[in-house]
Amino acid sequence: MAENNTLGDSLRRHGVSRRGFLKFCTATASLMALPPSMVPAIAAALEKARRPSVIWLSFQECTGCTESLTRSHSPSVESLIFDHISLDYHHTLQAAAGEAAEAAREAAMHENKGNYILVVDGSIPLGNPGYSTIAGISNLQMLEETAKDAAAIVAVGTCAAFGGLPQANPNPTGAVSVSDIIKNKPIINVSGCPPIPTVITGVLAHFLTFGTIPELDQYNRPKVFYGQSIHDRCYRRPFYDKGLFAETFDDEGAKAGWCLYKLGCKGPMTYNACATTKWNQGTSWPVESGHGCLGCSEPRFWDAGGFYNALSVPISDNSQTVAFAAAAGLVLGAAAAGLNYKTKDEAQKAHANVTVDDLEKTS
Amino acid sequence: MNEPMDFLIWTRGTAFDIAVTIFVIGVILRLFEIISLGRKQNLAEPKGTEFGPGMRTIFTRSIPDPGTFRRQPLTVVTGYLFHIGLFVGLFLFVPHIELFRATFGFGWPGLPNPIVDAATVLAIIGLLAGLWHRLMNPVMRKISSGEDWLVWTLTFLPILTGYLAYHRMVNPYPLILGLHVLSVEALLIAFPFTKLMHTFTVFLSRWYNGAMSGRRGVES
Repeated sequence: MAENNTLGDSLRRHGVSRRGFLKFCTATASLMALPPSMVPAIAAALEKARRPSVIWLSFQECTGCTESLTRSHSPSVESLIFDHISLDYHHTLQAAAGEAAEAAREAAMHENKGNYILVVDGSIPLGNPGYSTIAGISNLQMLEETAKDAAAIVAVGTCAAFGGLPQANPNPTGAVSVSDIIKNKPIINVSGCPPIPTVITGVLAHFLTFGTIPELDQYNRPKVFYGQSIHDRCYRRPFYDKGLFAETFDDEGAKAGWCLYKLGCKGPMTYNACATTKWNQGTSWPVESGHGCLGCSEPRFWDAGGFYNALSVPISDNSQTVAFAAAAGLVLGAAAAGLNYKTKDEAQKAHANVTVDDLEKTS
Repeated sequence: MNEPMDFLIWTRGTAFDIAVTIFVIGVILRLFEIISLGRKQNLAEPKGTEFGPGMRTIFTRSIPDPGTFRRQPLTVVTGYLFHIGLFVGLFLFVPHIELFRATFGFGWPGLPNPIVDAATVLAIIGLLAGLWHRLMNPVMRKISSGEDWLVWTLTFLPILTGYLAYHRMVNPYPLILGLHVLSVEALLIAFPFTKLMHTFTVFLSRWYNGAMSGRRGVES
């Protein structure tokens, strides 16, 4: 497990050339929007970095985040970086099981007290501890225990970062995010359902290089990856501006690659790096493959209206609201009209003709 | 409610339902009230017909008469600027059309965004000029009531926030989009109970004006 080999040693042993390593450092620098002058610094820091211990806890999740990570441009340098951190505990990926697995976690926590990185995917149920347990330990207890001596916490995926799908209305398990529970540790949210693999490794690379947390946005997401919206970086944006929209998924507009706003694309409200980093080794990304953005890196994306409704369409059934309100308005209006006709009728009946002579008599 | 996304979801859900319910009930109720009350019965002998002059006035009042234009050119020009700009921004912007389509089941073609954008700027200029006129002209200031200032603000805010949201000038986007939706909801709630009702009654009242003049045998 966590030997004292540096990352540089380890990479050389795996036959990664100096050139390949520097290329990775350059890519990392540009990914993190750092100036080229930082490349040697990154190389030097990574070269010397000891494999930090990483404990990965999975709570109420679907393993999609891990699936995403394991498909990260394999076998690229990014995945090697991940091989070369010391992943001391991870349900899905570790060989150990049962008590041995828990012992590995406790050993890693003990040996690297105050220095290990805690990665969490999945939300934590507060409703009933029995909703999700590992080795008989509730998610809440395990998180609090493991977070206590961590150097930093990376909440991977929208469930860990914001509550995600388990928290969707009506939130049967009382699911909450990591930051709802842990208040006294630096937390980096790497949201997405799942997050882009390069973004997960990029965050870890930043931490290895600088030993600090990257600059974060208001949701504690690294600004380098979540600083711009999908809409602003979308290659289909010119079609939005020109007013050219696909109306269905197989019309001429869709074939011509027009904007997917009307088909429910949530790109305007979504902050993520999909449009620039792309998926599957830069092959494509949802909008490029013809489907609108679901907004999966935003809090409560599951409750933010139908995936195939335009962003401007209300979340609740507006036509029903209008129909009910109109019916109520008609009933009330008819009643008001009835009262008015009655008043007018009475006035008409009470009407008497007055002549000039009558007026003279009374004055 | 401290998170912009919670705020946006609330404005697009619960708050929209409340505002639309008040708006629809209020408008229908007021229209019934106005139409059923009608005008006071005129017992004088009619000097002409009502229907023809009434219908004609609906259209003729859309063109300012030369006298009014000479006395108040600013009112006429900014009035047109604002109303046309608002119409284009409200009914010909594609995201707005999608809202109407989801509500009523039908839509219509929109305009390219730069044209809608320009129309919105015209509407903003029109409103600001109207405000300036209202503030600077002593007569206008004297006859302005609290409702006038309220209605101006309620009309201005949706256009301003919509412009800011479209140009993505406020971060994060869900916050400014939520403010845009919320300002529209404030407008919808106030709508039936203020002079904003003229949107629905304008042609009706023109007909009444024309009909009353027609009955008296004078030009309206």
